[in-house]
Amino acid sequence: MSRIVETRQLTPVTKMFVLDNRLIAESAQAGQFVMLRVHKDGERIPVTIADYDREAGTITIVVQAVGATTRRVDALDVGDEILDVAGPLGSPIEIPDGGAHVVGVGGGFGAAALLCLMREIHAKGNTATAIVGARNQDLLIMTNELLGVADNVEICTDDGSAGMKGFVTQRLAQLIEGQGPGRPDRVIAIGPMAMMRAIAATTKESGIKTMVSMDPLMVDGTGMCGGCRVIVDGKSQFACIDGPVFDAQLVDFDLAMRRNKAYAEQEKAAAERLACATAEAV
Amino acid sequence: MPVKRFDKTPMPTQVAGMRAHNFLEVNEGYTEDHARFEAERCLRCQDPICVTGCPVGVPIPQFIHAVALGDMQGASRLLRSANPLASVCGRVCAQENQCEARCSLAGRFNPVAIGHLERFVADWERTQTQEAKPQITRTEKVAIIGSGPAGLVCAGELARLGYSVTIYEALHAPGGVLRYGIPEFRLPKDILDWEISLLTDLGVKIECNVIIGRTLSLDQLTTKMGYSAVFIGTGAGLPQFLGIPGENLVGVYSANEYLTRVNLMRGYSADADTPVAHGESVAIVGAGNTAMDAVRTAMRMGASKAMVIYRRSETEMSAREEEYHHAKEEGVEFHWLTNPLEIIDDGNGRVSGLRCQRMVLGEPDKSGRARPVAIPDSEFVIPVDNVVLAIGTTPNPMLTRTTAGLSTTPSGCIVADERTGSTSRSLVFAGGDAVSGAATVILAAGAGKRAASAIHETLNPG
Ligand SMILES: Cc1cc2nc3c(=O)[nH]c(=O)nc-3n(C[C@H](O)[C@H](O)[C@H](O)COP(=O)(O)OP(=O)(O)OC[C@H]3O[C@@H](n4cnc5c(N)ncnc54)[C@H](O)[C@@H]3O)c2cc1C
Ligand SMILES: Cc1cc2nc3c(=O)[nH]c(=O)nc-3n(C[C@H](O)[C@H](O)[C@H](O)COP(=O)(O)OP(=O)(O)OC[C@H]3O[C@@H](n4cnc5c(N)ncnc54)[C@H](O)[C@@H]3O)c2cc1C
Ligand code: FES
Repeated sequence: MSRIVETRQLTPVTKMFVLDNRLIAESAQAGQFVMLRVHKDGERIPVTIADYDREAGTITIVVQAVGATTRRVDALDVGDEILDVAGPLGSPIEIPDGGAHVVGVGGGFGAAALLCLMREIHAKGNTATAIVGARNQDLLIMTNELLGVADNVEICTDDGSAGMKGFVTQRLAQLIEGQGPGRPDRVIAIGPMAMMRAIAATTKESGIKTMVSMDPLMVDGTGMCGGCRVIVDGKSQFACIDGPVFDAQLVDFDLAMRRNKAYAEQEKAAAERLACATAEAV
Repeated sequence: MPVKRFDKTPMPTQVAGMRAHNFLEVNEGYTEDHARFEAERCLRCQDPICVTGCPVGVPIPQFIHAVALGDMQGASRLLRSANPLASVCGRVCAQENQCEARCSLAGRFNPVAIGHLERFVADWERTQTQEAKPQITRTEKVAIIGSGPAGLVCAGELARLGYSVTIYEALHAPGGVLRYGIPEFRLPKDILDWEISLLTDLGVKIECNVIIGRTLSLDQLTTKMGYSAVFIGTGAGLPQFLGIPGENLVGVYSANEYLTRVNLMRGYSADADTPVAHGESVAIVGAGNTAMDAVRTAMRMGASKAMVIYRRSETEMSAREEEYHHAKEEGVEFHWLTNPLEIIDDGNGRVSGLRCQRMVLGEPDKSGRARPVAIPDSEFVIPVDNVVLAIGTTPNPMLTRTTAGLSTTPSGCIVADERTGSTSRSLVFAGGDAVSGAATVILAAGAGKRAASAIHETLNPG
């Protein structure tokens, strides 16, 4: 069990939680995730470790309410317990040993995951640049926190209400051409699959090593089911133990996107059941 | 009772037509009359060979004699002294290849139903109140990694010897395959919970959601946390795939994923959040216990056609006899000598069929079994909605990949001494599927038991 010690509503559908979990806080590294379960018949869902505080013994997660389980999480507040939190799972992101310009691109809840990543990149003597994007200013998350840990924070909005008007891929292309903080030596993208695929396409010609954090459906998160398999370089890899971070140019995104829709109908039914149950309770 | 003395007393079961649609246990268990009648069949051989067929050396004739006399207390003491997971093993061991194969009555007549009697005695014990004995008498602490049968048995043995024992389990519930793999209709979770409660009553602590190699390292256990010894029982839970086209289509599962969705995540209950496919027509590839569990689960999830596809023949299949028999009774179709070549896409990324080829048996291969050889031009398509692959598993790499100095074989098994379980690291022992590769509950239990004695001898010699 992990007690929630702080929450913050970031956007209407995204909420930040700080969880008391010393064991995970002490071992977490950027790129890893936890599996959560919120009630006794509940499913296990993977959520990225956005940040950790080894001294306080806490981890930070950001959850976007999209279906039954994430909505149950969203309904929790300070003082509530999360039934099961297991982690850190997955392999940490490999970070250059210094002197490199590493760019992290975050979309959706992925922007939050850049927090500990930027800190680790900077701490290893690299230049850490975060590119974050959203449709508009209100949907941007964690920009202030990122300013505190990254060397540069590049903001993009579709409507130009904050930062540059345009997509994160456009800003990344400009950096590759040498604008702003300059050409990256490495790019790490965390966010919606469509964004990560676009990032892969953006860096392809440049030969810049690009990593993406895949988020397939998971059941156990411990290598036991194979449901999280993604095809990387023609080979089947389990995202929960071999990843979740893989070489962007080698990932089969089409297949990954198709597999993530496997249960769309049943998930909708579970969400509706939850909505009904909630309505009755009110 | 209309039973001939030379036949096994039949196990009462739920009717096939009914049980194929529910998750209640298939076998209903002997009554005391059945058990005593069956126990009377034992010849009490001077030199009981049945015992040599038991990996943990259960004193078979002695416990059966106690049953015949109606001394269930005595029987259960004898049984449990040798097999700490008797209620599980009485249900899932392949007795036909072990103790019962060597029974003097086997061959000419039917062997004594040792497995059914084991189950009867263990179930009797479950109805009794256990005398709780506060245990921890020693200062040494031992950590157990993994809560499958190997870990549970090792923990129980050490706790009985007075050690302070903590089990670390990666998942949210203990039991390993007994929890997430073997279905309710074969091993009710109440029974597993009861076995685990016996351990916690002895003072064993179970920490779930802790992944050794990630949450805590093996080195942290042995240094900072002060464990004098560690036992690794992390199993062989990593599913293998066939590598044929179409394997990543939506609707293709490993047996582990399919069974986990149904068992661990309670997918059989309409209220559970974890979704699982309810295919009309489901094909399971493979013919071991895992395949039988998956195919019978598919029936219970509502499939009107549940099939086993196996490239060898009935003779080579590795499933327990009873499971095969039950599966046939329940209406499972068996396609022997059928090799899957491709899983066919319905055009929307979902499964629509399985393209197969017919085989014949040729010369024996490396495993000593006849090698299946393809018959030319024999391809055909079976229409299916789901394909479940039950073609084997390899050891879980989460611990070995992150732990220095722990020797493994090329196939990822931990190298450990057969007799003691000792590994390439001092005071670190290992056993069960993590060492042997996918095997059986009783072999894992036996390895856990031997490692517990070795740990005791190492920590407190003499
Ligand atoms: C390694 C990893 C890290 C993740 N990190 C985070 C995180 O930090 N914050 C966060 O909010 N979410 C994260 N996710 C996604 C999160 O796990 C899913 O949103 C969650 O499982 C959905 O559960 P649900 O029951 O609420 O919704 P469901 O009812 O299961 O799904 C609702 C909708 O979301 C889609 N969906 C479900 N799972 C995923 C997925 N994995 N990727 C894309 N779409 C999906 C479904 O197709 C469906 O349309 C991560 C996933 C992975 C694999
Ligand atoms: C579907 C199915 C049906 C079967 N039917 C039968 C049968 O009828 N009869 C029979 O004898 N055998 C059967 N078997 C085989 C039998 O279940 C296994 O041989 C046995 O469970 C192995 O026990 P174990 O303790 O070695 O490992 P497991 O039971 O695999 O348990 C290992 C545990 O370790 C945990 N773990 C792994 N890594 C870590 C880590 N790093 N940190 C913490 N925890 C970790 C896992 O989560 C798991 O809970 C079946 C197997 C399956 C899959
Ligand atoms: S989530 Fe089950 S193997 Fe990765």
